[in-house]
Amino acid sequence: MIKLNTPIEDKDIKLLKVGDKVLITGTIFTARDQAHSRLINEKNMKFEIYGSIIYYVGPTPKRDGFAIGASGPTSSYRMDKLAVPLMEKGLKLMIGKGNRSEEFRMEMIKNNSVYLIATGGAGALLSSKIKNSEVIMYEDLGAEAVYKLEVVDFPCFVAYDIYGNSIFEAKI
Amino acid sequence: MRLINLNDITKLIKETVIEINYKLDGSLVSLIRKAKERETKDLSKSILDDILENQEIAKEGNIPLCQDTGVVVVFLEIGSQVTFNGDIYEAINEGVKQGYNEGYLRKSIVNHPFNRTNTLDNTPAIIHTKIIPGDKIIMKIAAKGGGSENMSKVTMLTPTEGINGVKKLVLDTIFNAGGRPCPPLIVGIGIGGNFEKSALLAKEALFRDLDDSNNDETIKQLENDLFNEINKLGVGPMGVGGVTTCLAVKINYFPMHIASLPVAINIQCHSSRHKEVIL
Repeated sequence: MIKLNTPIEDKDIKLLKVGDKVLITGTIFTARDQAHSRLINEKNMKFEIYGSIIYYVGPTPKRDGFAIGASGPTSSYRMDKLAVPLMEKGLKLMIGKGNRSEEFRMEMIKNNSVYLIATGGAGALLSSKIKNSEVIMYEDLGAEAVYKLEVVDFPCFVAYDIYGNSIFEAKI
Repeated sequence: MRLINLNDITKLIKETVIEINYKLDGSLVSLIRKAKERETKDLSKSILDDILENQEIAKEGNIPLCQDTGVVVVFLEIGSQVTFNGDIYEAINEGVKQGYNEGYLRKSIVNHPFNRTNTLDNTPAIIHTKIIPGDKIIMKIAAKGGGSENMSKVTMLTPTEGINGVKKLVLDTIFNAGGRPCPPLIVGIGIGGNFEKSALLAKEALFRDLDDSNNDETIKQLENDLFNEINKLGVGPMGVGGVTTCLAVKINYFPMHIASLPVAINIQCHSSRHKEVIL
C-alpha cells in the first residue's frame, strides 16, 4: 500500500508498480470527454496541470449535507488521444477504468506519467472518500464539468507503470 | 376494457428508476458473494469486496450505486383489454423526468449526435412496445449504463458458421472489451430474427432471472458452455484477471432468414439495474 499526497512529483511516479494499491490524499481534478476537448486548447486554465491528477468521472447530483454524489470512474480509453497534450504539460496521474491503447501507454511512459484504476461501479463507496467538491471550469457541461475534489485516502490500483507493465496482462 | 390512469404509469416509472439505482437485486448480490469465494487472486477479491461494500452504502438511499445512472429502457407490454386516455409514452417520460430529478440521478442523455446538448431530465427513454392478451400492463424497466453498452455489438454471421461461430464471436467480444464494461458481466445474447430483432432479443435477455435457463436444450447448453468459457478468459473483475468475468449468460433466439445468422451481444455491467412491474 502506497500513500500519495498531491501534487505528484517524479519521485512518486518511480515508486508506483502495477498492482500496487494507492491511497491518494489532497486535491484532484475531474475531466471527461468534452472537458478534455476544451482543456487541450484552454488559454484560461483554472488549475496547474504540472504535478496534477485527473479523474475521469461525471458524478451524480449531490444532496444537501453530502460532498458529492456517486463518483466512480468512467472508461479511460475515450480519453487516450486527448490525454497526450496534458501529459506533455506535466499531468502525472490519471484515474479511470479499463484498458487503453498501446499508443497511449507509450506516450504515458515517455512523459513519466502513470495510469491508475479505481473500482468501476463503486460510485457510492468512492464518493465517501471525497470530502469536498466544487465546479471550477465548464459549468455548462453539467456532470462533465471540471470539478476540484478534496480527497482523503482515495483508493486506486496502479494499472500501467513507467516500467512497461500492465495490470490487464495478469490472467487467471 | 380496463381503463388505466396514466398518472399511475408515471408514478410507477418514477419509483422504479429511483429504486433500481439505489438497491441491487438480492439474487445478484448473492452471485457476487459466491464469485468472491471462488476467486483466488487478492486483487480480484478486493474488487469484488468493493462492489459488495458499494451496494451496502447505496441502499441507505443517499448515494446511487454508480455515477452512470443510465438511459432508461422500457419493454412495455400492453394487454389488449387495456385502454387509457392520452399518450403513454409521454407518461413514461414524465416518470423518468421526475425520478431522475427527485432521486438525485445523473442526467446522461444528449439531444443530438454532434451538438450533444444535455436534455437535462434524462429523457427520452428508449421504449419497446408489444401488445399482449389480457388486461394488464407489464413494464420491464432498466437503467442501462453507457460503458457496457459501448462494448456491445451486432454481427451478421453466415448460417454455416453455426454454433462455433457464435461462440468465437462472443468470446472475442468479451475478451477484447477487457475491463472497460465493468466485469463481472451479465451477457445478453440474441440469435436470429434479423439485424434489429437480434439486438432486441439480446437486450430483453438481460431481464431474465439470473438463475433461469433457456427452454431449448441446445440454447441452454450454449448458455452453460459460454458461461464456463467466458470465465476461463482471465479477464476477471474490472479486467485485472481472475475467474469471474461473467455472472450469467442469457440467450434468446428467434426464427430467421435462410441466408442469415444474426448475433447480437448486449453487455451488462455488474451493476445490473432492472425490475419488472405489473399494473
